Amino acid sequence: MSIILDISKVDMVFPTPKGDFTALKGVDLQIKKGEFISLIGHSGCGKSTVLNIVACLHRATLGGVLLHNKEVTEPGPERAVVFQNHSLLPWLTAYQNIELAVKQVFKNKMSPAEMKEWIEHNLRLVHMDHAKDKRPDEISGGMKQRIGIARALAMKPEVLLMDEPFGALDALTRAHMQDSLMEIQQKLNNTVIMITHDVDEAVLLSDRIVMMTNGPAATIGEILDVNLPHPRNRLALAEDVEYNRLRSAVLTFLYEKQRKVETIPISEATKTTAKTQTKQNTSSVA
Amino acid sequence: MTAVMSKKVLGLAPMSNNKMIRSFISEKAQALILPMAGIFCFMLLWSFTASSIDTSLGKFPGPSAVATQVVNLIDEHNAERDKEDAFYIRQDARNKLRMAKDPSYQPKVRIYTGKETFLDQIFTSLVTVISGFLVAAVIAIPLGIAIGLSKTLNTAINPIIQIFKPVSPLAWLPIVTMVVSALYVSPDPMFAKSFITSLITVTLCSLWPMVINTSFGVASMNQDWVNVSKVLSLPKHVHIQKIVLPASIPAIFTGMRMSLGIAWMVLIAAEMLAQNPGLGKFVWDEFQNGSSQSLSRIMTAVLTIGLIGYLLDRTMLQLQRILSWDKSSAQL
Repeated sequence: MSIILDISKVDMVFPTPKGDFTALKGVDLQIKKGEFISLIGHSGCGKSTVLNIVACLHRATLGGVLLHNKEVTEPGPERAVVFQNHSLLPWLTAYQNIELAVKQVFKNKMSPAEMKEWIEHNLRLVHMDHAKDKRPDEISGGMKQRIGIARALAMKPEVLLMDEPFGALDALTRAHMQDSLMEIQQKLNNTVIMITHDVDEAVLLSDRIVMMTNGPAATIGEILDVNLPHPRNRLALAEDVEYNRLRSAVLTFLYEKQRKVETIPISEATKTTAKTQTKQNTSSVA
Repeated sequence: MTAVMSKKVLGLAPMSNNKMIRSFISEKAQALILPMAGIFCFMLLWSFTASSIDTSLGKFPGPSAVATQVVNLIDEHNAERDKEDAFYIRQDARNKLRMAKDPSYQPKVRIYTGKETFLDQIFTSLVTVISGFLVAAVIAIPLGIAIGLSKTLNTAINPIIQIFKPVSPLAWLPIVTMVVSALYVSPDPMFAKSFITSLITVTLCSLWPMVINTSFGVASMNQDWVNVSKVLSLPKHVHIQKIVLPASIPAIFTGMRMSLGIAWMVLIAAEMLAQNPGLGKFVWDEFQNGSSQSLSRIMTAVLTIGLIGYLLDRTMLQLQRILSWDKSSAQL
């Protein structure tokens, strides 16, 4: 299969008052069409930064991102993002939130009737057609995230970027959402990069798991191929030998090889990234 | 309806529902009775204090004196309107008579120039405050959005805003009056000069809270929404229209409510100072008049000003409830 997305030797340096902080060093990853990639690592290791660089919400200091062998320089709907905090616009209904995206992306390519059908199709895909006229504050966290996914899918992205899409959900809802996502992936076979903290989620959903080392100067530590057949069933896999081998491989990487050691220089370095993270969090709360 | 329902409910589970209904009634009653009690106590205190204050214009007006004046002022307004109608009827008749005698006669129509009544002054003040406020909004909201979106512009303009914000618009009044007299010269002016002066004064004081709140609302917008807009590659004007404006609506309304409150206070003072038609002029005229009724008429005006200020704020709040998506920010 052909390489659709090439993350090529990316360095990311943030200037801070105390001097430059190297968040990423030599991140290099090639992704094939239809591949589902999970990015896993401890918090503060720069997973989100990688995703933001692919989305062009950040620009890499060195290296770059190629989509179909063309460098991407600004954000665009062909690299749709599902944000951690759903980031639906609270003054629009579920339908209108998707409509805003569809109207922008397919401005001169679809008739109004086709747009309506396409929006409703995507709502059905995430099983949210019953709540199309609800506003975000009238539906649950899981439902909001479903709409967020529908909005991203409605852009017909070349690559779907998901930043801890289920991180804010409770365990049961998360399991439901994972099943839904597998079902959608079965139908659409999208190219996906998903950031996660959850080892089971990574093994269950991915074709490859990319494990990142701890920052500063974080990079790709190991890549694990997941060759479990689709469709996957979480109950059946619980007893599966291969599944458990992969699971423990990820766990070993995270908790033995890359165990988080809180020494003074590292904690100072993570403080700066933690600061930017809390800034994002407070803004989303407000 | 409620009686039927409560009977039914009572039949099913007398104890608990009875309690529920009682607490429901008491909640409603409290919201009604407590303010009433407050007003009643205030009235008592007012009339008691009033009777013990003697001024050179007679006793300080109590509630009953004000009530009398309300009736008086409305009667005067009606009497003035009757006079006006009579004037036009007389003028018409006179013109018809002249026309019958001499067909070539060009009838003269003169506008009635009676004195403005209390109700006229209320109307003038309301029109002035709303016009001045709207002019301010038209300037302040786009400016606030521009400042909120651009750090450069914010840094450049912020010192100017901070310096002009604390200036009482009354300090501007002489300058505004002179500039309006100098620049607004037309043989047949659409608006009176006094109206323009008051309007600019209102605009000047309404401007800053709206600019500051709007720019704050825009600058503190949720970064996720900005990212959504970036991923969608929305063009600038769509970004402002679909993301920035709705996102900052709650902050804009906060600024508008603050502005309108300040504008109303400043307008009355400006009218007093500049002798421009309006409630402020009414108060000043009565003060200069110095009759035995003056104080009670001023007191009536004071209460009217308060009531209208309250109603203006309530109208804005209602507007905010209708227009803003963030219902939690549309509280009292």
